[in-house]
Amino acid sequence: MPFDRQKRASLGLTIAAGCGLAFLHLPILLIFVYAFTTEEKSYRWPPPDLTVKWFSVTWNRPDVWEALGLSVQVAAISTAVAMILGTLCAAAVARTKFFGRETISLLVILPIALPGIITGIALRSAFNIADIPFSIWTIILGHATFCVVVVYNNAVARFRRTSGSLIEASMDLGANGFQTLRHVILPNIGTALLAGGMLAFALSFDEVIVTTFTAGQQATLPIWMLEELVRPRQRPVTNVVAMVVVLVTFLPILGAYYLTRDGDRVAGHGK
Amino acid sequence: MSRHYGDVRAVDSVDLEVGEGEFFALLGPSGSGKTTSLRLIAGFDQPTSGHIEIFGETAEGVPPYRRNVNTVFQDYALFPHMSVRDNVAYGLMIRGMGRKDRYLAAEDALEMVRLPGYGDRPPSALSGGQRQRVALARAIVNKPRVLLLDEPLGALDLKLREQMQEELKSLQQALDITFIFVTHDQGEALSMADRVAVFNQGRIRQIGSPEDIYQRPRSRFVADFVGSSNVLEPSFVKDLTGTGTWASLRPEAIRIGDEDGHPATVVSRSYTGAMNRIGLEIRGVRLTATVPADVPVPAVGASVTASWDAAALHVMGADA
Repeated sequence: MPFDRQKRASLGLTIAAGCGLAFLHLPILLIFVYAFTTEEKSYRWPPPDLTVKWFSVTWNRPDVWEALGLSVQVAAISTAVAMILGTLCAAAVARTKFFGRETISLLVILPIALPGIITGIALRSAFNIADIPFSIWTIILGHATFCVVVVYNNAVARFRRTSGSLIEASMDLGANGFQTLRHVILPNIGTALLAGGMLAFALSFDEVIVTTFTAGQQATLPIWMLEELVRPRQRPVTNVVAMVVVLVTFLPILGAYYLTRDGDRVAGHGK
Repeated sequence: MSRHYGDVRAVDSVDLEVGEGEFFALLGPSGSGKTTSLRLIAGFDQPTSGHIEIFGETAEGVPPYRRNVNTVFQDYALFPHMSVRDNVAYGLMIRGMGRKDRYLAAEDALEMVRLPGYGDRPPSALSGGQRQRVALARAIVNKPRVLLLDEPLGALDLKLREQMQEELKSLQQALDITFIFVTHDQGEALSMADRVAVFNQGRIRQIGSPEDIYQRPRSRFVADFVGSSNVLEPSFVKDLTGTGTWASLRPEAIRIGDEDGHPATVVSRSYTGAMNRIGLEIRGVRLTATVPADVPVPAVGASVTASWDAAALHVMGADA
């Protein structure tokens, strides 16, 4: 039976869809509401009164700033590492044919399919065996494992859609490898890289499982929040931080969505 | 020169010399090595063995960006993120020419391919024929000494293709540079080229002027591939001439109705516009003859006589 776009959805379907959306998003709204509650020891519904004082309390807590700073550093550096490695790997897989190409493609994607706890344990044992002390760099390495996947996936899709003769055309017109990279390759894969980078940043920013296994004494923002929840005082501070995290991770994901949305034409295809 | 991919001899001992200012066609079926030969000249691929010289300079190991050769690609390969003007000016920009000068040169080149004023548009806003012209302008703006064209008209419809054939020919004469043109369309090769090299299975089967190739094919393959010649087997030729070799006979050389001709039966007839194509059977061998459309055609099944000048029967080698 052909699907009729003009027809309105039935009442039952509308209610079901509404319930689904409420189930997905009401808990998040609840987090936001608790950021304004006057009750600091437990989450009580309804909140006895509303206040904005937790925002200034949060602002003045050095441990929040420390955790936030660490998270931003980790996310930024692991994204940068992932952009370089992921793009190079995507270029190799999409542009050339070699023995074991499909296997490499699978192995690169595997870390994101692997449960985080496995990645975490594996990395922890590996760091122990290699006698690497836990530091910000071990966290970054852990995050880079799944950030590479995101960048790789975006880049490889764009490379496949970019006609190979564009590179040859550029060389033919006198451009060497570096000039071709700058004038032809980067402009064509730029938005895909940006989108991949934003997703990678967002993933790294709220990562908990791998971080618990690869961090030493440092606490990234999500780890700090977990620790904070078991403490009885100033609970709404966690909610304020949660709001900030939602905003910080939501914006890049939204941006990535818009950047890759209308990219389904084949770049450089003449017909 | 040769280029092998593993056991596949894509180009096998091809020996080719193209003169300056010549319009040279590489003609052959797909997979015959003509495009690989072009890529060897452009520098996208390196020969397994042999030697390439471009105007006396050894080309092996010279990357494409240091060869004074430009290519028009089969899929045009226009840069999608640049305007038509920036596409055409790309080669000049890479060479370090200032913005104003290179835009002037780009506009001149666009005028030569009859697309003046299209500079601001993105390539995606152009039709196939227009993109083809932009690709051409992007190559000729660099004033190369050799222009390589890889099936440039393959994606165009028939009418546009015929128009572009004429334009390419006059452009080549106006620029006075060497064109090396890859095509699988024998009509295109014959009508445009000064000389044609016929490729099959990685080897050149014949090099010559279009008249040579068409009227005096050296082998069965060339006779078959270039036009619709009747290819006659040695046993049949022996009956006619006394020597058992392969021979070709052009359909338009056969006359029907002469009194001292060979007895033949009409087995088919079809009307193709300017000509009537008639299938004949002579001693069990099928031949095709074409006669002008205004000549009356005998009915299918009629017994006629067929004859041709002895010189029209062209003797050739047997190789594929």
